[in-house]
Amino acid sequence: MEEEEEERNTKKKKKHGSAKREREEREEDGGKRTVKEKAREGRRRKHKRVETSSEPETSEEDELKEETEESDVRPESLTPEELEMLKEAVEEKKKLVQGLRGKPWPMKKKLVTLRESQEFVEKYEGALGKGKGRKLYAYKVMMSKKWMKFQRDFENFKTACIPWEMKIKEIESHFGSSVASYFIFLRWMYGINMILFCLTFGLVMVPEALMGRPYGTIPRKTVPRAEAPSAMDFAVLWDFGGYAQYSVLFYGYYNNQRAIGWLKFRMPLSYFLVGVGTVAYSYMVVIRTMARNANESGVGDDNSFNFSWKIFTSWDYLIGNPETADNKFASITTSFKEAILEEQESRKDDNIHLTRFLRVLANFLVLCCLAGSGYLIYFVVRRSQKFALEGLETHTWWERNEVNMVMSLLGMFCPMLFDVISALENYHPRVALQWQLGRIFALFLGNLYTFIIALMDEINLKREEEKIIKFNITTWEASLYNATGSENSTAPPVTFHPADVPRGPCWETMVGQEFVRLIISDTMTTYITLLIGDFLRAVLVRFLNYCWCWDLEAGFPSYSEFDVSGNVLGLIFNQGMIWMGAFYAPCLPALNVLRLHVSMYLQCWAVMCCNVPQERVFKASGSNNFYMAMLLVILFLSTLPAIYTIVTIPPSFDCGPFSGKKRMFDVIQETLESDFPAWFSKVFSYASNPGLVLPFILLMVLAIYYLQSTSKSYKEANVDLKKKLQTQNEENKRKNKLAALKAQTDLEEARAATQTAERPKNNNASPQRQHAEEEEDLGSSQRKNGRPPPSVRHQDGRPPATRAPVPRTLHPETHRSLGYLPGGGFPQQREPRMHRVPSLQRH
Amino acid sequence: MGNKQTIFTDEQLDAYQDCTFFTRKEILRLHGRYHELAPHLVPMDYTNEPDCKVPLALIVNMPELKENPFRNRIVESFSEDGMGNLSFNEFVDMFSVLSEMAPRELKAIYAFKIYDFNVDNYLCKEDLEKTLNRLTKEELTPEEVQLVCEKAIEEADLDGDSKLSFADFENMITRAPDFLSTFHIRI
Repeated sequence: MEEEEEERNTKKKKKHGSAKREREEREEDGGKRTVKEKAREGRRRKHKRVETSSEPETSEEDELKEETEESDVRPESLTPEELEMLKEAVEEKKKLVQGLRGKPWPMKKKLVTLRESQEFVEKYEGALGKGKGRKLYAYKVMMSKKWMKFQRDFENFKTACIPWEMKIKEIESHFGSSVASYFIFLRWMYGINMILFCLTFGLVMVPEALMGRPYGTIPRKTVPRAEAPSAMDFAVLWDFGGYAQYSVLFYGYYNNQRAIGWLKFRMPLSYFLVGVGTVAYSYMVVIRTMARNANESGVGDDNSFNFSWKIFTSWDYLIGNPETADNKFASITTSFKEAILEEQESRKDDNIHLTRFLRVLANFLVLCCLAGSGYLIYFVVRRSQKFALEGLETHTWWERNEVNMVMSLLGMFCPMLFDVISALENYHPRVALQWQLGRIFALFLGNLYTFIIALMDEINLKREEEKIIKFNITTWEASLYNATGSENSTAPPVTFHPADVPRGPCWETMVGQEFVRLIISDTMTTYITLLIGDFLRAVLVRFLNYCWCWDLEAGFPSYSEFDVSGNVLGLIFNQGMIWMGAFYAPCLPALNVLRLHVSMYLQCWAVMCCNVPQERVFKASGSNNFYMAMLLVILFLSTLPAIYTIVTIPPSFDCGPFSGKKRMFDVIQETLESDFPAWFSKVFSYASNPGLVLPFILLMVLAIYYLQSTSKSYKEANVDLKKKLQTQNEENKRKNKLAALKAQTDLEEARAATQTAERPKNNNASPQRQHAEEEEDLGSSQRKNGRPPPSVRHQDGRPPATRAPVPRTLHPETHRSLGYLPGGGFPQQREPRMHRVPSLQRH
Repeated sequence: MGNKQTIFTDEQLDAYQDCTFFTRKEILRLHGRYHELAPHLVPMDYTNEPDCKVPLALIVNMPELKENPFRNRIVESFSEDGMGNLSFNEFVDMFSVLSEMAPRELKAIYAFKIYDFNVDNYLCKEDLEKTLNRLTKEELTPEEVQLVCEKAIEEADLDGDSKLSFADFENMITRAPDFLSTFHIRI
């Protein structure tokens, strides 16, 4: 009944509202109204509005206003207090509108509330602001409206720009949230790399290509005469030699000219700042994401809600595939059984000595693997240096690409080996997964660092070489000077083609090349393993199954599962290599964007076409922050060597944007001295002297210490509170139990007493009590039945007009709080008022 | 654009965007999905807010909900009549709450409704048993179910009435690490 009334009412209201809106639009179409007039209009409308208002407080106050309004009162006549109240009400409404989407109301109510409060705000806003301020206020309101609209459009645009939404959804419904989390992580990575790419591309590569000196004008931008015949061969280009080496893709190509082009673009400075900016941006993004994740994920550290969490959060609502659902049911069941077992009794260890021995053995084996792979890489890198000295042409393809191939193969096969070894250990699967992740992490890290150490060796070799070449060049120039006999010794290139000028080895380009090759071969192995390990296997299993002696699909090879943790780790390490090499090869982010783009499509396809859902899903950690922490560690570890080389090794003398300087970061000082006024560099030099920097650092350390200690104390307080809460709960329970016991004994006593009392006079009391008991029975039966009275009607077959009243009682506060808003009541509350107020007026 | 205008007016779209966590495009997509469920019932033109409802049986067959053991409960708790017939408003509401953007508090309120099988505002043992049986496809023995339910109530019950009120449930669920990531349907 009420509901129907409400509905009718809302309909009425809607008509009312829409009519109004139409009128408003017409008015706005007219468009010649002054703000003042509009405000008056608003007042008039408010007057109308008051009639329908249901709030006792505001309506009284409004009635007062009405009386004054009868004689066409202008908004100026409002007292300041009223204005203040009005303002508050408007603000409140606005807040309500903003928080509406988070309200647990049915949509119809939300829509009605929204419309009402919007109307309210529109009507009353005109009345706000006094005299001269009104125009400004109206302007402000208009601007804020426009701003809101713009924000919404921008938001729409932003979500429209997020790619692969449907693809990810498909995977999510097919494999559940854990596999999808990998793809979401991949997409996030893609976004970061996109921005890094824009930075390097827009601020380094394009300016140098457009405004810098063109190819072939100076030695560093020309392929040397000796390499020229083979510079266009595919094999050379594939190795990023030849023309690729002498292009914007690598460090060596950049000129050390301070300002280039008509824009006077400061190329070396830009190069340096982009390098720093890349790292700084990555740190910022990773840390910010970690902080957000930490906020979002609950404080799921304690184990106090083991069972209830299992009951209420173990189902993955994303699953939409029967097979996955079956697996999920099974894994939930086993997890419950495990939990029950753990709860009942810790399992008996059959032979603790044997397991201990096996675990030690397994760790020993893993250590051997790690050491072996490290040595192998070191050996291979040294060997490749020897090959490089002898000249690459004399060697086979394998010998030229040995380093990268060995690294990729190790990265591919060692995890499998670890998997086999971890079978010895007999850990719980979750623990085993953590061990596995830790081992793979150690392996990758070890490989990467061995690689870097070998590279360092090579850098030192090149620098030795450079010294000799530098000496040779001076003698060469001297001989040139003697031969030509001209006075101007600084202009030998006039007579020489730049390709013939002898040049240094340029270790920076060499480092960049190594990293690019590493990325390429890593990408290739990833794709090839994907094709062979997943696709080919799936095809064989699928089609050989018709003519094989055992069931291939259910038996040994079967289809592969998607390895989330391994893939995420691969992605993280790939990113680490990008961070490490991006300074020396500006093309790396671009390559990585390409790679991620391709792997998004390829992996999406592979996972949908040849993987089966995981049988047992164990998340490595409660949230993604585990992986993010790994990413942060890798970021830190990969920036270390890059920073080390930038800070300690002098740049090559004849290539790159920093040639001719002692250190790469001297470019900052140079800019300060020549591009800024003198006082600025003076201030800077004062600020950078140790007397000021040291206290500053000290201050920062102190601040960190302070923050850390406060956070520690907060944590302790938190733990204390938790403990207190728990003890209180237990006490409460005990009290309740005691109370229940006492009540029971009391009841029994009372019963006994009444029974004894009943015997003399059992006429009056018994029917009453019987009645009471009947009532009680009824109540309990209802409770047992589990349905509140309205549902009984449902069973009659009549279509229920009302919904069960229960859910409403969930939010009494929200109802009430809304009720306090002037004019924000509900239609059914307004009903009586609508009739009453006019009658009051009439009298 | 011309095609879109015929389904909703701009004002309606704005209103929906204010009331849900969806963007304009997603609302239009939702309407498409809703229309797909019962093409003969649901009109394409929603500018005059037609009053039509799609019955539970059709909604439950959506691929997003089909495998969910709690599908009937989800639909029922969002329907105004409690029987699972959803108007478009309620349909949008359902996916808004289940969307990625919805805050934890809102999700907790509706999760409580979903798990409250007998709509008595408490999660009693009966509700837990039903939940558990749906989760495990009744693979656990009755004793195990009993044990788990007792344990769960013991853990989460703060006031000692051996059933979970909303406060108990909220307190428990806000600390769950997986709640946000799993109580979520992408549309």
